[in-house]
Amino acid sequence: MKLTLKIWRQRNSNDKGKLETYPVDGITTDMSFLEMIDVLNQQLIKDKKDPVAFDHDCREGICGMCSMVINGRPHGPWEGTTTCQLHMRAFKDGDTVVIEPWRAASFPVIKDLVVDRTSFDKIIQAGGYISVNTGNAVDANSLPIDKTNAEDAFDAAACIGCGACVAACPNSSGMLFLGAKVSHLALLPQGEPEREKRVLNMMKTHDDEGFGGCTNTGACEAECPKGISLTNIARLNREYMRAAIGSEEEVR
Amino acid sequence: MKLDAKIPEGPIAEKWSNYRSNVKLVAPNNKRRIEVIVIGSGLAGGAAAATLGELGYSVKCFCFQDSPRRAHSIAAQGGINAAKNYQNDGDSAYRLFYDTVKGGDYRSREANVYRLAQVSTNIIDQCVAQGVPFAREYGGLLANRSFGGVQVSRTFYARGQTGQQLLLGAYSALSRQIAAGKVKMYNRHEMLELVMIDGKTRGIIARNLITGEIERHGAHAVVLASGGYGNVFYLSTNAMGSNVTANMKAYRKGAFFANPCYTQIHPTCIPVSGHYQSKLTLMSESLRNDGRVWVPKSKNDLSKNPNQIPEEDRDYYLERIYPAFGNLVPRDVASRAAKYMCDKGMGVGKTGLAVYLDFSSAIERYGKAAANTQNIDNPSKKEIEKLGKEVIESKYGNLFEMYQRITDENPYDTPMKIYPAVHYTMGGLWVDYELGTTVPGLYATGECNFSDHGANRLGASALMQGLADGYFVLPVTIGSYLAGEIRTPQTDTNHPAFVEAEKSVKDNINKLLNIKGDKSVDDFHRELGLIMWNKCGMSRNAQGLQEAIKEIQALRKEFWNNVYVPGTADEFNPELEKAGRVADFLDLGELMCRDALNRNESAGGHFREEYRTPEGEAQRDDENYTYVAAWEYAGEGKEPILNKEELTFNDIELKTRSYK
Repeated sequence: MKLTLKIWRQRNSNDKGKLETYPVDGITTDMSFLEMIDVLNQQLIKDKKDPVAFDHDCREGICGMCSMVINGRPHGPWEGTTTCQLHMRAFKDGDTVVIEPWRAASFPVIKDLVVDRTSFDKIIQAGGYISVNTGNAVDANSLPIDKTNAEDAFDAAACIGCGACVAACPNSSGMLFLGAKVSHLALLPQGEPEREKRVLNMMKTHDDEGFGGCTNTGACEAECPKGISLTNIARLNREYMRAAIGSEEEVR
Repeated sequence: MKLDAKIPEGPIAEKWSNYRSNVKLVAPNNKRRIEVIVIGSGLAGGAAAATLGELGYSVKCFCFQDSPRRAHSIAAQGGINAAKNYQNDGDSAYRLFYDTVKGGDYRSREANVYRLAQVSTNIIDQCVAQGVPFAREYGGLLANRSFGGVQVSRTFYARGQTGQQLLLGAYSALSRQIAAGKVKMYNRHEMLELVMIDGKTRGIIARNLITGEIERHGAHAVVLASGGYGNVFYLSTNAMGSNVTANMKAYRKGAFFANPCYTQIHPTCIPVSGHYQSKLTLMSESLRNDGRVWVPKSKNDLSKNPNQIPEEDRDYYLERIYPAFGNLVPRDVASRAAKYMCDKGMGVGKTGLAVYLDFSSAIERYGKAAANTQNIDNPSKKEIEKLGKEVIESKYGNLFEMYQRITDENPYDTPMKIYPAVHYTMGGLWVDYELGTTVPGLYATGECNFSDHGANRLGASALMQGLADGYFVLPVTIGSYLAGEIRTPQTDTNHPAFVEAEKSVKDNINKLLNIKGDKSVDDFHRELGLIMWNKCGMSRNAQGLQEAIKEIQALRKEFWNNVYVPGTADEFNPELEKAGRVADFLDLGELMCRDALNRNESAGGHFREEYRTPEGEAQRDDENYTYVAAWEYAGEGKEPILNKEELTFNDIELKTRSYK
């Protein structure tokens, strides 16, 4: 099939950037969306033009590297699917496809469709861990964990840190990402000793990095490729209140 | 050169504890001054950087991805082995050791593997303490499943995302050290040269992938944790960015490359669908716990709907040929059997290069069991199917979804179509017991070294090795080297060796950019991949390998005269990154063919058509080839030199590997 692509081109973070139009031909329904971009790039290289820069790595939906807003939707039209797992069956001959980068002040554009997401790393560095040095652990089965809690913790831990939630949010909030990490550790007994400090510090960094607050729009949940639920934001808010009001930990 | 593996004295079960009790230590005040560079942030690199930071060393960690959390360890699906014996099914460190050595077709070093089996139990404890959400039973204790090549259940898992959860654990430990200022993280950086001063590793040259800036980084030691080289085949289950560049830079500086021809072809991947294909997707080996592999018995049935083919017309060939292990034979055996059936013309699907992986028996079995526990008397076929599918979904839901997204077929109703694909590389930099390469101060951990899996890796053992090396082995063994470095001041990156290394990196980049030929980097990579797959893939022969060497040499020559790399050196330029990596793959491909040609036997993932038993199985030659082939770089355009480390087996008797 033939498609018309309108792709965001921006040389670097200082450039203003604009949408450019590219026709592509010979696209088959079995191709993944990124393989379709590969086809375009090979054509651009043959024509001695600058190929489109985009982030991608595992191409099996788990590394969280790929990040494209496709026709206004982060990761495109399929539910629960990353850009790399989206296949061209989702489109039909003659379609126009608009492709843009994640748009958020906390994710500045590096080039074309590539953005800088180190602000997510900083949130994790603020407390998204359990302080246990290598070699300090007791036998794994000495701490039985309720299966339901373990499953809920897993559902939260499945977040791939792609940033689609931020890209989807009118406030560019990172609270679904933050809520998922806080939930994962708050649901497990191992996370208990640092529970209050963790949520306060991580929330502070979230705000410092320029992410907005949550207004319960729910766009993040709708666009999340891993089905991370809004429940995690509710839990985050509970955890925050619990720590801010019900503990001795200092709110910074 | 005589290779000294530095295996400690004493009985095998005591070697590691003896070593640890006697290894030299570095005092805390000295650790603060000592700098260590870690290349890669996957399970091996992330765990090593975090642990070295905890110990007090001053660490710099580099990854090419935009975050350390995205290293390719994240894509591992099935699980991680540990000799916990929680299932009380007779497991022990010895048995894990035995299975791994046998699974590797007796081509790994006993002492290393035994240590791996010993520390495997610590890994699970550590990960649980970090909050890794492993699968659990209703009683709250950890669950296990079985993997290929073993008869116990020792695999711990987190649905089909075990690698992701383990990596997030290591990443969280790493993040904690970054916050504490003990580890400095360099995202979107690529190591492009190793710097040596007076015969010792003193640092690296790295490229900032955003700005293109070439940076000098000094250190007292460098740890490579840069992963495997499966992408030499172009199509593999590896991530697009996975590469061999760090390894090849080290190789050219004197680190020996061991057993490069040992590559693992994974039996259960989604088959190739077209020329544009950029990567292959794995379907976890755990599926073979419940899936049965078959092809039609008659060629007339090949294009029939598989659900219409009655039971008696199906050939469950793994169960037929290998009754003792059935569908859970090791990967090399399962892959070769699939190739054999397809070569015989019994393959299914559009291209004839696929076999069925069928879950209908498992759905029925689980459905009946579920009906029983729910007290449903005389359940209907439909009810059983519904209940059974629910169980399958809870075990493999994410894999089934992924399969459906890619192929547009529903594997709950129609058997999956699968075919082998390149997945893992057992070869890598030669290391001794301390994980030190032949270059002083240079270490290699995880998939980028050769040490533990011999000629074939068992399922769920890569995660185990990566974390064992990173958390428990390297942080101890590197002390024996660094204890001798406490008087060495901080490396001066204005030293002529750094100036020269930086110049050679810049020259190489300019060379690539100035060729301005007609073919893209991908064109060359695809051609190299095809040569490798056809002549150095699942089965090899001397004639093909000799041809491949010539073809790769010609392709390399063409690459350096006719590649087109767009853009400039001082910007974000993914094509330039790829060009450098493909240049290294071209050199590696030739080395792999040479190694495969040298090894006149069939062992594990290395199957030479000339060496097989009358039944067509792999034929080892223990008398002549029980050695590690460690290749030494001899200079540009010269044939590499073969060094041998003889393997001795004191605790395991060499036997023909049989899964029948």
